[in-house]
Amino acid sequence: MKVPLYDGPLPMTLRSATDATANDNLWPRIEPLLMRVQKPARYIGCELGSATPEHSDGKISWFIAYPDTYEVGLPNQGIQILCEILNERDDAVAERGYVPWTDMTEQMRANRVPLFSLETHRAAGSFDIVAFNLAAELVYTNVLEAVDLAGVPIRNEDRDESHPIVMAGGHAAYNPEPLADYVDVFVMGDGEEVVGDITEALIGWKASGKPQYSRQDVLRELSKIQGVYVPAMYEVTYDGVNIAAVEPRHADVPEMVLKRTVADLGEWPYPKQQLVPLTEVVHDRLNVEVFRGCTRGCRFCQAGMITRPVRERPADQVRTMIQDGLMRTGYDEVSLTSLSTADFSGIERVVGDTVGDPLNCGQVSVSLPSLRVDAFTVGLAAQVSNARRSGLTFAPEAGTWRMRQVINKLIVDDDLFGAVESAYSEGWHRMKLYFLTGLPSEMDDDTTAIADLAKRCVEIGEQYTQKASVTLSLGGFVPKAHTPFQWFGQNDHRELSRKIELVRGAVGKNRRVQLKWHDSRASLIEGLASRGDRRIGRVIERVWRAGGVFQEWGEHFNLQLWTEAMEAEGLSLEWYVTRHRHEDEILPWEHIHAGLHKDFLWQDWQDSLAGHGLEDCRWTPCYDCGACTEYGVEHIVASPVPPAGGSQGTGQDLTIGTSVPVTLSGRPASAGARA
Amino acid sequence: MRSRTGGRPVRLRVRFTKRGKVRYTGHRDVARIWERAIRRVGLPVVYTEGFSPRPKVSFGLALPTGYQSDGEYLDISVHPGASGEPGVFDGVGPTTGTQLEPAGLMTLLNEALPVGMDVQAIELNDDRGESLQQAITTCSWRFEIRDFDVADATEAVAKLLSARELPSTRLHKGNERSDDLRPAVHRLEVQGTGNDGAVLVADLAAKPRLVRPSELVSILAPGHEMAGAARIHQWIETDGARREPVPFDATPAPHTEMCAS
Repeated sequence: MKVPLYDGPLPMTLRSATDATANDNLWPRIEPLLMRVQKPARYIGCELGSATPEHSDGKISWFIAYPDTYEVGLPNQGIQILCEILNERDDAVAERGYVPWTDMTEQMRANRVPLFSLETHRAAGSFDIVAFNLAAELVYTNVLEAVDLAGVPIRNEDRDESHPIVMAGGHAAYNPEPLADYVDVFVMGDGEEVVGDITEALIGWKASGKPQYSRQDVLRELSKIQGVYVPAMYEVTYDGVNIAAVEPRHADVPEMVLKRTVADLGEWPYPKQQLVPLTEVVHDRLNVEVFRGCTRGCRFCQAGMITRPVRERPADQVRTMIQDGLMRTGYDEVSLTSLSTADFSGIERVVGDTVGDPLNCGQVSVSLPSLRVDAFTVGLAAQVSNARRSGLTFAPEAGTWRMRQVINKLIVDDDLFGAVESAYSEGWHRMKLYFLTGLPSEMDDDTTAIADLAKRCVEIGEQYTQKASVTLSLGGFVPKAHTPFQWFGQNDHRELSRKIELVRGAVGKNRRVQLKWHDSRASLIEGLASRGDRRIGRVIERVWRAGGVFQEWGEHFNLQLWTEAMEAEGLSLEWYVTRHRHEDEILPWEHIHAGLHKDFLWQDWQDSLAGHGLEDCRWTPCYDCGACTEYGVEHIVASPVPPAGGSQGTGQDLTIGTSVPVTLSGRPASAGARA
Repeated sequence: MRSRTGGRPVRLRVRFTKRGKVRYTGHRDVARIWERAIRRVGLPVVYTEGFSPRPKVSFGLALPTGYQSDGEYLDISVHPGASGEPGVFDGVGPTTGTQLEPAGLMTLLNEALPVGMDVQAIELNDDRGESLQQAITTCSWRFEIRDFDVADATEAVAKLLSARELPSTRLHKGNERSDDLRPAVHRLEVQGTGNDGAVLVADLAAKPRLVRPSELVSILAPGHEMAGAARIHQWIETDGARREPVPFDATPAPHTEMCAS
């Protein structure tokens, strides 16, 4: 692949930061560029429900950005929620931003038009805060691109009081270290409450006119807020290639940063006005979040681990949000989002009520994202199939029962076949199955079993319809921080490619099974960024300077940029990505606390290697992972009766319908007795 | 296709503008915007049959992305109201239980549409009439040529109009097509100076294909960009006379009528 001849992005400087009128409304300077680029509608805003915020000196202004294109970033609920909450306050104002496509950034740099917000087309660099939602690691170079396009120095150390504070949150922020030199402030956990705390902490500073040399002091003040991590307040020392310690520089800075957790989702019925874009975006439907957190304990899943405990939205509130949302937006499809929606206690009632509501004229379809096969019942299938259908997605993740015990996704083959049969029998034609390859202890037989499962599903479907098909989506496994697999050495890209080939061979010429897979080289770099430390920051910077933006897009990903950058920094991909880590190693993210005890994670890693599974703790005894006890919060469920007759293999009589007492149990629990 | 009340569906022919920032959306975006607006207003639109029912809406000639317009059209197929009164419909969805009347319908639609898309007039007519795509023969356009002054523009226009043929090659769906543009240019004039350069107006044929002003700019001023382009009229020409599908008087009159034709 050709490495572009490019000696770095054209430097972008804002007009004087005090020239408010120049930065206020950039639209007259943006418009002439739009006929020269693809999809100009990405840059106009004007969504139904978008705010017209009024800025003032008495308000802290937030520029909240998703570091990808408009089509990918617009549906992000987190950003919409935070913007609504901030705009409701008297002391804050918030606008959204996204990263312009390469054709537009070229025009912007050539014409000195800086990165702008979409509500009022205001220069991003004129906001008090520029914040990013980090959902994935391959967008890190986009973060640098956005900061630079805003006319802000990309390194923390080069910024002064005239520049915004650069912040980041989201799941990838739980290992903040690779961007530690480029992001002033990270925020861990739920953002609803902490954005208010941060706003209040900054009001006095802004009112005082942000005096010279005050930036470090204000960052230090922010570091005292729970959930806030200011990398500059910590020193990382090395012992050779290993991390020796990560220590706070001041006594009043916490040793460990605890995430924020919103205890009651019912208090936060956001977004109240989901944005409806004028142009095409992904996930283009009404999205209603039904719960946060997950108790299934799948060992590969970072999202499930770091968002504990479970907090369900009250079923009545879900129903209201759906109804009001559909009426207001004119969408004809609603998606009930969470990590495992079929586990939502009120799911069948909610779906039934939505689909059956006469106000919806029988024209609304409900989509449920990636479903657990042991919770997807014929009853649910019947409800969801009443209106138009999108495809159905299941995520078995591993090809054999043995492997599923290793990853703690305790579903047996018959669970999958049962769910798929429920779906086909209710009229669905297309299934999508998600699998991972490169999991710990995976053997070739486990890998080829993936293809066998897919083929068997198609055979089941053929009993019901001529059009039965299965899309097999295969991803290379990337171990993540704060999971029991964080010590596992990732398969390198050659090994992942070999495994993908195995599956392809096993699928053979079966035209009903469509295999899709992720580029294993991109998985390698995802691994580098997700478990990297501060030294990786310079690698990211080099890749950005070489023109490596939009690395999460297949057409732009370039492995050579990364390997060359690693070499220039004297760092080893093998050491960061494919090496197995030791129990006594200091992990780069250890000072960030997602609520899980490190010894719980290590023990779970050992249990995994021994092939033991742990049941869902929402309905069964607690394993003291730390998530609930740490925060004094319990799992909040919308109904005491578990869905689908109860979780796997618990043996408890759950038909009684009263609350299940929580008792601490010894470890480990035995895996489900089913074959 | 029969409606709930047993009456045949009626066709609403809607005339609307596309101005301001919304001009940067594409034709498919406009279709989606209308679909959602209709649903929010609760207009009892007829749905297509089949596996994936869609509202029965058909558009006139597509407007290229980036152009403004003083008059775009769409036809909506609607179930008539139980009362039988023309132009009165029974709301569905959010307006279930209410009646949608002409003036109220216009207001509701305008509230449901983005800024810059405004309904100017609605005509009620026969579902079996000619489709918009078939009926339109010519369009009037206004556009500017960036950094091109009036003197140069006047000279270029005279040269173009005096030419006997204007060969032009363009890419259409990945293939190169050549044709002669001259017969498509019915009128071309320089009007004055605008924000970015000379302002021109043109009447261009829509049949056998829609000719765009950008094609003229490549001939008049190669290397210059077009700016501020707008479609100002769409015409149905018959026997030497021409009319718009739904007339609209641009002089200030905030309400317009629904008329049976």
